[in-house]
Amino acid sequence: MEPVTMAKAINLSLREALTRDENVLVFGEDVGALGGVFRITDGLQKAFGEDRVFDTPLAESAIIGIAVGLALRGFKPVPEIQFDGFIYSAFDQIVSMVAKYRNRSGISMPITIRVPFGGHIGAVEHHSESPEAYFTHTAGLKVVAPATPGDAYALLQSAIADPDPVIFFEPKARYYLKEEIDPVRQVPLGKARVAREGSGVTVIAYGPTVSIALEAATAAEKENMSLEVIDLRSLSPLDMPTVLESLRKTHRAVIVHEAPVFGGFGGEIAARIADDGFDLLAAPVTRVGGMDAPYPPARYEKLYLPDVDRILEEADVALAYG
Amino acid sequence: MAEVVRTVETEDPVRPLFSPTGELTPEARSRIGLDPEGLRDLYRKMVLIRRVDQEALNLQRQGELGLWGQYLGQEAIHVGTVAALESEDWIFPSYREFGMAMCRGIDPAEILKFFRGLSHGPYDSRKHHFAPLTIVVAAQIPHAVGFAMGSRLKHSRDVTLTTFGDGATSKGDWHEAMNVAGVFKAPVIFLCQNNHWAISVPLAKQTAGSIAERAQGYGFPGIRIDGNDVLGVFAAVRAAAERARRGDGPYLIEAMTYRMGAHTTSDDPTRYRLQAELESWSAKDPIGRYREWLQGRGILDEATRAAVEREAESTAEGMRTRLRSITPGPAGEAIFGRVYGNPPDSFVEEREEFESSLEGS
Repeated sequence: MEPVTMAKAINLSLREALTRDENVLVFGEDVGALGGVFRITDGLQKAFGEDRVFDTPLAESAIIGIAVGLALRGFKPVPEIQFDGFIYSAFDQIVSMVAKYRNRSGISMPITIRVPFGGHIGAVEHHSESPEAYFTHTAGLKVVAPATPGDAYALLQSAIADPDPVIFFEPKARYYLKEEIDPVRQVPLGKARVAREGSGVTVIAYGPTVSIALEAATAAEKENMSLEVIDLRSLSPLDMPTVLESLRKTHRAVIVHEAPVFGGFGGEIAARIADDGFDLLAAPVTRVGGMDAPYPPARYEKLYLPDVDRILEEADVALAYG
Repeated sequence: MAEVVRTVETEDPVRPLFSPTGELTPEARSRIGLDPEGLRDLYRKMVLIRRVDQEALNLQRQGELGLWGQYLGQEAIHVGTVAALESEDWIFPSYREFGMAMCRGIDPAEILKFFRGLSHGPYDSRKHHFAPLTIVVAAQIPHAVGFAMGSRLKHSRDVTLTTFGDGATSKGDWHEAMNVAGVFKAPVIFLCQNNHWAISVPLAKQTAGSIAERAQGYGFPGIRIDGNDVLGVFAAVRAAAERARRGDGPYLIEAMTYRMGAHTTSDDPTRYRLQAELESWSAKDPIGRYREWLQGRGILDEATRAAVEREAESTAEGMRTRLRSITPGPAGEAIFGRVYGNPPDSFVEEREEFESSLEGS
């Protein structure tokens, strides 16, 4: 198979889901004739009809609210929230309704909410957010963030097949990463992968920061530093065994995400390492991420986002501990 | 130059049944389509749910329930609505629809587990076609719209009804749901129980305009009716449901009523409303009015009336006894049991740790 972009891989995965199960529905703002603002749903309405792939009014809370009703009616809704910064309009429906509906009724909510997230695209405000920690903090939800086209394809299949609601964060800055994908390969929710083996420091990343961590590892090699890169793929469920396994080798960890470090998901990983891997550590666990300030105007985003230098600096600090 | 605003022309089978002030016309009342047994049953159900409402209040006062929100005065809406729908039609309630739930055959003692702090969802929604009670105001309204859209996609003839209070119409979810329903012509009925109070805020401070007339802006009809007339509610819901079943889309019914009790047992209405208002609404009590109407037509004799009272007593007594005999289930299952269909490993471990900590205590 020819290499495909992540955007195309997600499109193919949606096609596969729509083909395999007539109860799968794709809807949201501009997902029909336009094919979505990122063209992720390109051609789907034409292929599957307006009943199964449809534009909704511009109303995020209603998009998620009708997904609940459709799920109760036996469908598997795959709604799209157009941008990360617009998901807050649907926050109540996601946190109080989607996440808790099974607990309130015994009825599963097999809803997959797709959201392009993260920065690096030079956008105006509210288009570059990383809201994942709001959702990992909510029981009942699962939270996924692929970093590669192949994983995006496979994880979306797993998310749609799962009986529980999944927030599927797509790293929009990586939509045009290309690789060959294997549609048969399965990736269960809650399984991290070692994206690059190394021995000195474990760099834990997900979504858009995986590529940066890999770049850092390449750069580190030139300085005789060996970084192991873990791509979490799924934040909830969280694959701590893979993280701890790596720490048995490196004894050092740097966590990288675009979201602000303060109160960010990296804190949960660091705390779990401290709880379950304290004896493995040779250095403090550190975090590289966004600042405790709103996402900046586009001209400043490079300074705000994690980059190779900031990762290497933290790796240096970790290695300086005997 | 601006384009001329298009007024959507829709068929409205409900409005001809009512006077301009929302009273069911004598002609429509005479053609209600219920035999004497059916008419008596509406009375019986209103009496039963009122007695049970009182019993639940008593139970709260005696410390058996954490909270109770009375629906006293709103029985005509509860009973008339359920009677007008078919059993496969789903209802998406707010949190005060205990009477509707009973009319759907849900054991009142089971529902009270919600207010006794035993369960967030004590009954089987799929069995009774009655969605979970919803505390977050207006959150259930888009669910009803999505469900109704799903019914259309499945070419099913069922319709969906969602009910909410006047306060809910101030919320964004109400607007978003009404708008989506209009666009997709979803077979859904929006039933506003306008009981004049959202906790302590009166209707005049909730909205400066009409609720019913807003439907036009979404492309479907709406009407304000007397919500204390059980036959009026029955007629409006039935006509709106038949319209939706035919594929003609949503309908908004604003049923005017009054919350005779407090918002909940945590509330004190003497701080914000006058006794005189309560008295004027007492005169419009849905049960008293309907009883007189039935008696005037010779449909309800004294023996039947007494039998209904006895049944209400025994229903309340049965509910009390069953409720008090319910023993709380195991804590592990209550806290963790229904959160996930496919639980994460860390979640399973947390449950196991919790459950083993209980064994040691």
